[in-house]
Amino acid sequence: MLYIGTKFVVRNRTGDPVVIPFMSTISEKTTVYQANDSSFPRELEDEAIYILREVASQFEKPAILFSGGKDSITVVRLAQKAFYPGKIPFALLHVDTGHNFPETIEYRDWLVNKLGLELHVRYVADSIKQGKVKEETGKYASRNALQTVTLLDAIEEFKFDACIGGARRDEEKARAKERIFSVRDDFGQWNAKKQRPELFDMLNGKIELGENVRVFPISNWTELDVWNYIKEEELRIPSIYFTHERNVFERDGMIWADSEFINKSEDEVPYKAHVRFRTVGDMTCTAAVASTADNLDDVIGEILSAQISERGARIDDKRSEAAMEKRKQAGYF
Amino acid sequence: MDILRIATAGSVDDGKSTLIGRLLYETNSITQDKIEALESASKRKGLDFLDLSLLTDGLIAEREQGITIDVAHIYFSTPHRKYIIADTPGHFEYTRNMVTGASNTSVSIILIDARNGVIEQTKRHFYISSMLRIKNIIVAVNKMDLVAYNQEKFEAIKAELLGIAEQVSFKGQTLQFIPISSLYGENLVRKSAETPWYEGATLLETLEKFSTQNSELSTIQARFPVQHVVRPKTEEYHDYRGYAGKIASGTFLVGDLVEALPSGQISKIKTIEKFGTQLEAGNAKESVVITLEDNIDVSRGNMLVKVGEQPESRKELKAKICWLDSQMLTVGKTYLLQHGINRVKAKITNISSVIDIKNMSLSNEAPADGGLKLNEIGWISVKTASPVFADKYEDNPANGSFILIDENSNSTVGVGFVE
Ligand SMILES: Nc1nc2c(ncn2[C@@H]2O[C@H](COP(=O)(O)OP(=O)(O)OP(=O)(O)O)[C@@H](O)[C@H]2O)c(=O)[nH]1
Ligand SMILES: [Mg+2]
Repeated sequence: MLYIGTKFVVRNRTGDPVVIPFMSTISEKTTVYQANDSSFPRELEDEAIYILREVASQFEKPAILFSGGKDSITVVRLAQKAFYPGKIPFALLHVDTGHNFPETIEYRDWLVNKLGLELHVRYVADSIKQGKVKEETGKYASRNALQTVTLLDAIEEFKFDACIGGARRDEEKARAKERIFSVRDDFGQWNAKKQRPELFDMLNGKIELGENVRVFPISNWTELDVWNYIKEEELRIPSIYFTHERNVFERDGMIWADSEFINKSEDEVPYKAHVRFRTVGDMTCTAAVASTADNLDDVIGEILSAQISERGARIDDKRSEAAMEKRKQAGYF
Repeated sequence: MDILRIATAGSVDDGKSTLIGRLLYETNSITQDKIEALESASKRKGLDFLDLSLLTDGLIAEREQGITIDVAHIYFSTPHRKYIIADTPGHFEYTRNMVTGASNTSVSIILIDARNGVIEQTKRHFYISSMLRIKNIIVAVNKMDLVAYNQEKFEAIKAELLGIAEQVSFKGQTLQFIPISSLYGENLVRKSAETPWYEGATLLETLEKFSTQNSELSTIQARFPVQHVVRPKTEEYHDYRGYAGKIASGTFLVGDLVEALPSGQISKIKTIEKFGTQLEAGNAKESVVITLEDNIDVSRGNMLVKVGEQPESRKELKAKICWLDSQMLTVGKTYLLQHGINRVKAKITNISSVIDIKNMSLSNEAPADGGLKLNEIGWISVKTASPVFADKYEDNPANGSFILIDENSNSTVGVGFVE
């Protein structure tokens, strides 16, 4: 994987380098819309664009929760398409745990610059300084759960009434229960037992001041749909999704990226390996997979034959059977 | 690649979640780590087998009680197509979640416990599926293992349901019966050796044969509700004015003469675009931007239709309604009526009858306590503050339904089908 200027170079099947023009303008890339033999069901794109347009009209101040991962990149692409040739009418909000992969931050800044977006960053470190949350300790210490507090504060500070996220129902069993418009109370809490009926494609985003709606436009996409979309749209993505050499160590049968943010025990000895990431969260909660995939076809091939689900690489979900549901109740997305 | 959307239906414990879990298991759609998680969750529940209903019953409360409370969406695909399944709750109390799950589908799999046969909740879900005009109904007679795969049992249930279908079904709805065991995977993906008397297809074979609904929606009258007006106001697109929206039904072609509702102004379609790519035509369910030859007054909530195909302009609607809230629907109360993306104030002027699901009969009187209660289905009249351009639901399902929003709670409290 190489960077050449702002272009991104990967190898395709035949070994020729291909330049991937991310967020291509039409002149660079014309999408064939009528094709039904494509692996990506275009119906999903139509549905997502419809949802994003509803957000723009039903809310005063919506934002996209941007993590720099493939799902939020997909959401930005969809927003670009939904309002073209107009601009994306949403700001980006990144809740920075301070434990990010540097590659995703680099990517984030490149994207914001390229598309002329408004980016707000709020730091978990500040919430810790203010004494609102306490840094976890021990071997499994992570800031993943802490970011909810920073997120809720940011929502209040900017008065965002809708936050668009790239969460998908196929990721996790509590997420499988989410509505497209997920209404949260003054405290950002999700009440799974009191969800609004959501009929046909009629979305009801009516809320009181202080309440907030989380919007999931790619609810019905699977991991594979996202990858096929990235491929068909020729989207640029952070390099850590492709194979690279990195210092790793093993813990609980998973490959962890070695970093200053992780408390290793003495018998956890780092070594070099060729890995890539299938899902990108914090360095403290995202496991790597051994891989030689350096292009999208190979990545898709690996996912098709994978015996482990995407979230199987998320250490934050393994804390307990209902880890996700409990985090969502507390205001997570 | 196309998508087939399915919902499960049927009473509590009839085996809906188990069926979906098993279907995914048999099609190798569950990864190893998820199977391991199901194993340990099953063990924690004291079971000595893999409880596949836990695949969709993902909430703490659902696992505690062993029931489904809210819809879970789950996905799998065959080389042929992608499937989106809504696993819905069977419990009467959660009917509104069943309606939510079923509303976006074209196939309903209604499960029946072979031991109990057709019960009230079976009828209710069949009725709701038909009210939603779900095109394909599969009646899966489940737990055949508990009745020794007895053919008479199966035939008796089939006969009873066919009798109900005479009252409930609509023209063009298909009805198929399959004897299954969700627990043992009989006749789901693999043809069962236990039912040699059954000559029909397995569940998966049946699903693979259904056509998706989109093509049909594209052949009826065209409706384009405008969601958003695109006005970039940049130098390059100084005078650009595009109308963004999802085509609800029909097909629009470049050059079509269209009328904007409610203004009645007429213009011609100049372009149909998707992210700048110009198309010759736009079909139902596609999200597009339409530009017109003339600068006429069109804003969010307006609708473009072809000249000569206008829907009726109505300020009074008669509709069948399914009530979804614990607070009763009462005559005289005002709600927000959302038809597609368009909201208007509306007043309930009359409740003419309520359906008695158990006896499949209509009581032709207003309900005794003056209202429609949670999960009841009835007929109402509403008066709206401004005209609504709705079609009859049976003529155009994409433009014939609405929801009612309670302005105090902001919640969606009812779904209506225009008559
Ligand atoms: N013997 C037998 N038991 C079954 C079969 N299918 C389901 N069950 C059992 O029936 C019980 C209920 O199954 P579920 O799948 O949870 O039922 P459900 O229809 O999803 O229930 P709700 O969602 O709560 O309405 C469980 O104990 C299952 O193991 C079957 O084919 N044979
Ligand atoms: Mg269930």
